[in-house]
Amino acid sequence: MTKQKSSSTHFWQGNEACAEGAIIAGCKFFAGYPITPASEVAEHLALELPKHGGTVIQMEDEIASLGAVIGASWAGAKAMTATSGPGFSLMQESIGYAFMTETPCVIVNIQRAGPSTGQATKCGQGDVMQARWGTHGDYASIVLSPNSVQEMFELTIRAFNLAEEYRTPVVLLADEIVAHMRENITTPHSDEIAIVNRKKPKPEDDAFFGVKEIPPMPVVGEGFNVSVTGSTHNEYGYRFTADPKVHQTLVKRLVGKVTNNRDKIADFECHSIDSCEVGVVSYGCTSRALYELIDLGEKERTKIGFIRLKTLWPFPETIIQKMAQTAETIFVPELNLRQIFYEVKRAVEGAATVVPINRIGGGEMITPEEIKTEIKRGMKRVH
Amino acid sequence: MSTEEFSTRKYLRDISLPFCPGCGNFTIINCFLRAVHELGYEDLRNFVFCSGIGCASWIPSPHFEADTIHTTHGRSVPVATGLKLVRPELNVVVFGGDGDLVGIGLGHLIHAARRNLDITVIMVNNMIYGMTGGQVAPTTPFKATTTTTPYGSFEHPLDATRLAVAAGASYVARWTTFHRKQMKEAIKDGLKMKGFAFIEAVSQCPTAFGRRVGLKTMKDMLTWLKENSVPRDEAKKMTESELVGKIVVGEFARRRLPTLTENIREVIGGVTKGVKTS
Amino acid sequence: MSKRVEVRISGLGGQGVVLAGQILGRAAAHDGKYVVQTQSYGAEARGSAAKSEVIISDEKIGFPKVRKYDILVAMSQSALNNYMRDLKKNGILLADEDTVKEVPSVKARVLRVPATRISESEFKSKIFANVVMLGALTKKVEVVSEEAMKRAIIESVSLETKKENIKAFTEGMRLHEQET
Repeated sequence: MTKQKSSSTHFWQGNEACAEGAIIAGCKFFAGYPITPASEVAEHLALELPKHGGTVIQMEDEIASLGAVIGASWAGAKAMTATSGPGFSLMQESIGYAFMTETPCVIVNIQRAGPSTGQATKCGQGDVMQARWGTHGDYASIVLSPNSVQEMFELTIRAFNLAEEYRTPVVLLADEIVAHMRENITTPHSDEIAIVNRKKPKPEDDAFFGVKEIPPMPVVGEGFNVSVTGSTHNEYGYRFTADPKVHQTLVKRLVGKVTNNRDKIADFECHSIDSCEVGVVSYGCTSRALYELIDLGEKERTKIGFIRLKTLWPFPETIIQKMAQTAETIFVPELNLRQIFYEVKRAVEGAATVVPINRIGGGEMITPEEIKTEIKRGMKRVH
Repeated sequence: MSTEEFSTRKYLRDISLPFCPGCGNFTIINCFLRAVHELGYEDLRNFVFCSGIGCASWIPSPHFEADTIHTTHGRSVPVATGLKLVRPELNVVVFGGDGDLVGIGLGHLIHAARRNLDITVIMVNNMIYGMTGGQVAPTTPFKATTTTTPYGSFEHPLDATRLAVAAGASYVARWTTFHRKQMKEAIKDGLKMKGFAFIEAVSQCPTAFGRRVGLKTMKDMLTWLKENSVPRDEAKKMTESELVGKIVVGEFARRRLPTLTENIREVIGGVTKGVKTS
Repeated sequence: MSKRVEVRISGLGGQGVVLAGQILGRAAAHDGKYVVQTQSYGAEARGSAAKSEVIISDEKIGFPKVRKYDILVAMSQSALNNYMRDLKKNGILLADEDTVKEVPSVKARVLRVPATRISESEFKSKIFANVVMLGALTKKVEVVSEEAMKRAIIESVSLETKKENIKAFTEGMRLHEQET
């Protein structure tokens, strides 16, 4: 998509919208490896990115893909990869490296049914906890969850902006349904889209890995002689493993970049959470049932409120706690065997009963009617 | 040619090197920096160094006064790929050991050679996993005793140099730490040549390898490297069985092939042309 | 047309049912409707069950998958057998005359469309059957406008097959004029 002078409407596939969002965000490098259901992101970028002066390369595997993305980022380019479960698993070590070296990059994971090869063409939401805890050691993740083609576009842009702002890898955790569906989408005037670029150092700067919460990031080849390492390092980037304090200062700052800014990063959509008897918390494709659920609830005279998570991590627990002040029961439908459910349960601290609604395999969604039935059954159990 | 006297100091940060006494890495640092000096580079400003995990990966990082990226184990070549594609004007140099580049990272090396990515890879082959305490490597000689092959290695070693040639590298050479001058010249050629340059520096690790195979000192090891080395021309006259356990040294490839960047420009350059980049 | 129409196009991989859904969805978007198009297919590129679903509405669409559909297009016998039960009462079934041999007696309006046969006789290939079917659907059911469909076809197919696809669509449209 070239720079737009006015807003326009399209009928796009989710993966296509993701690729277009990346271009608008300023992505100049994409490396990836073919995998269902994410390949269309690479295919669309291979066609379009060169027109915007960018490079697309298909690497020999997903490990190499994220490696190349990290290299490109240090060379000054906004860079992205896209994959699905098996590839996301292979990338985990490098996600930790990107976190430790404060390398901004975007990793798109179009979830399919796992574990292992699972069901390559069927939707799943089983990578929620992997996106939070997939690499080893202590870290914090920023993970976004789109539920429409519109948001595949918007949240890809936001993923780049967050990566650049916080100098950290950001995961766009989409799913097969949202990625493969086609919908109407409106793309705004280019000037109306806020684009964030990483803070560059001044010539006198030399601490690229500390002092400030988010230090400036140099580009290689500009004379800063930057030392980048995944080992514990001091604020100048030099490996320093003898003193536990250096490790504590580093890792606490890296985690703090995300947790201290939780309210700025965490985003969600709410409906009637101040007055609901029944609450529903959902995300991604599954959350599309919520809009019809409200109508169904009105018919039954049950006051249903919902929170639709646009950010899974950092987890927006404050809003969940707010819902628990009025809702007696909170239902958590998701296409896995309980993942965000435990997080909701942890957040409400017993203030509400939390009930999971789960489905896996086959790519079938949880319908609004099924959630309604579960709500009826669940309420009977509570009363 | 640089007019100034050669000194490693102008290229090094003031951080002491972590290598054991008698380590071949000292020689390789010297050869590399002399090569850079003789090519006329007064500093390493136009270089980016990428390395993985292992003793050889400590050669550039953090010791060279340059941009150095110390990656995870085996992934230096993919990171170098991203760097080079975005900043083709920089000299991207990868340092790594045999375990890093032809063990865990082998796939990347082959593909970078196939793409003819315009980088220089210097593989220090000490035939062992030295940093982790002397475990068998994909390059360990047959029947050599290591900490994970206490009865001797029952696998045959990989010939990384011949592999790089077969994969499509533009420049390939192999020398040992005994052949300092030739190695320096090979590094100069590798840096000058367009395309993927692979230099295998067969090196000594008295601590983790020599000690267990009866070559206790640096001197023993260098003598062994010298005596086992066969120049490429001589090797051509020898049979395969005569060459078992030998180190064939020399230049294995020198060919001007289009680089990855050049191929990208040729195939899709027209698409990029005239497009305003923001 | 009513406020919301749900369509399922079903058949086997390789019959172009996913593309047909995409074209229908794109056309409805051109008509200014809200549209969601989804699909389901196996890992095999050819031969496994495939379906494509389109929801067309005057209002924003929440749940994107069809449950009870107004229109079922069946390009294979197995697709018809599997999906017939979720067709709404008084819904419309478009079944390929040759690839679907048995159609149970139902309350739905049944249209037999010789899409595969027309494709074979006109183009010596089965591959345009999906677009012939879209022609019949456009003419008979009036979910989307003819102009929007033609535009959507042109945007969705390769340059080399544009002419054939438009002809296939026109044949599908004409077919119904003759039949009704």
